[in-house]
Amino acid sequence: MLSAEIRRAVRDVTLDVRLDARPGRPLVLVGPSGAGKTTLLRMIAGLLRPDAGRISCAGAVWFDDGSGIDLRPEQRRCALLHQDDTLFPHLRAWRNVAFGLHGRAPRERHARALDVLGQLGVERLADAYPRALSGGERRRVALARALAAEPPALLLDEPFTGLDDAAREDARAAVRAAVALAEVPVILVTHDLADARALDADVLALADGRLTSPEAA
Amino acid sequence: MRLRAPSPFPLVAGVALAIVLAFLAIPLVAVFVDVPPGDLLRALDDPSARDALRLSLETSLMALGLIIALGTPAAWLLATRRFRGRAVLLTLVELPLVVPPAVAGIALLAALGPQGLFGGALADLGIELVLQRAGVVVALTFVASPFYIRQAVAAFESVDRRLLEAARTLGAGEARTFLRVAVPLARPGLLAGAALAWGRALGEFGATLMFAGSFRGVTQTASLAIYERFATDFTAALALSAVLVAASAAILLMTKLAMVGSEELHGAQR
Repeated sequence: MLSAEIRRAVRDVTLDVRLDARPGRPLVLVGPSGAGKTTLLRMIAGLLRPDAGRISCAGAVWFDDGSGIDLRPEQRRCALLHQDDTLFPHLRAWRNVAFGLHGRAPRERHARALDVLGQLGVERLADAYPRALSGGERRRVALARALAAEPPALLLDEPFTGLDDAAREDARAAVRAAVALAEVPVILVTHDLADARALDADVLALADGRLTSPEAA
Repeated sequence: MRLRAPSPFPLVAGVALAIVLAFLAIPLVAVFVDVPPGDLLRALDDPSARDALRLSLETSLMALGLIIALGTPAAWLLATRRFRGRAVLLTLVELPLVVPPAVAGIALLAALGPQGLFGGALADLGIELVLQRAGVVVALTFVASPFYIRQAVAAFESVDRRLLEAARTLGAGEARTFLRVAVPLARPGLLAGAALAWGRALGEFGATLMFAGSFRGVTQTASLAIYERFATDFTAALALSAVLVAASAAILLMTKLAMVGSEELHGAQR
């Protein structure tokens, strides 16, 4: 389980948020752009420091202002999937996927990368460079990269934006597959409630710096 | 339909371009055609000319190695950190670009010469720079490093920060992110900076002359050898000049090819 209790001033609002995400059922955060959704994910990933609060995942404390704990992003390893999928342009798809497998034998990394690409249905793209991929294919490779690293939590920031309708449906299916494969807490951020409905998920709305159930928002 | 009146401006600009090209190219071409090629090659047979060329190549490559080894991580910090005094540091790094070479030579003597600020300390360590080959490397490094560091800072700044963050959340520490993501993506800029620095080091004259002197086989680089010969043996001076022109053109060409190659490989970075 991933638990976060975060306070941070963001532009003109103050985020004051508590959330729990459990494995097996993704937590979807909806809200208008500028509500602080991305900021929230970045703080959980360790890319941004909360003003106060506590973040823990699977029994490990990632951040606690009281005791001064603040793990670096590479120690949290929670594979943040950015909305622009941020594939490394100089690496072939399989090397992108293998990036998070540092420390394993080269042959094992290759096998594992192909394995995960296969689980997301894009093994045939293993040797392609990102610039040769379509938007939907890039999403799938990026999801594979996040999954292959076996993160303790999966953070997805607007994984469906910037895609046409067909690619968006495809990406939703890919995210459903990824959530089923990951077996870890998943937090997905979107501005579109339809994305939340497409997944079997708990939904919370972020507005005025607070999380509420979407009916109340 | 009336024909448009021809505008005189493109014509004027075309003439300007022709003048610029002629002015820049003719002296360089003259280096090769002023004296018959046979005479040029014979002049290069002189051992002291070859010593000077070899010394230039060796010292400029050593300086380039130092510049890349120290300048790359330094540029990374300057590009990725925001701190008070950053602008001052960047200016300090670029200062040797605008300092006249003679001043650079004097400044190096004042700092590292036998009577300089750190001369005593260096002597205690058994390090002698003035009138030594190591002194040539120091002078080249001093004048050439800003060309690399400036370009490297710009190259690292242009790397998409989100890619660096993605690497971190995938478990790569800053060192691995630097080596595996930032350096490959900044490579065209790093190569261009290295080529500029190398070219500058290869042609260095004033600072080397003042700090390291001009001793055949020890500190006399090709530029210094050209200067020594031009009053007495113009053909020999031309021959050495021709080699330097060819080497500089080759460096420039290699850089352009390397940059085209890596653009084709990586595509335009988003």
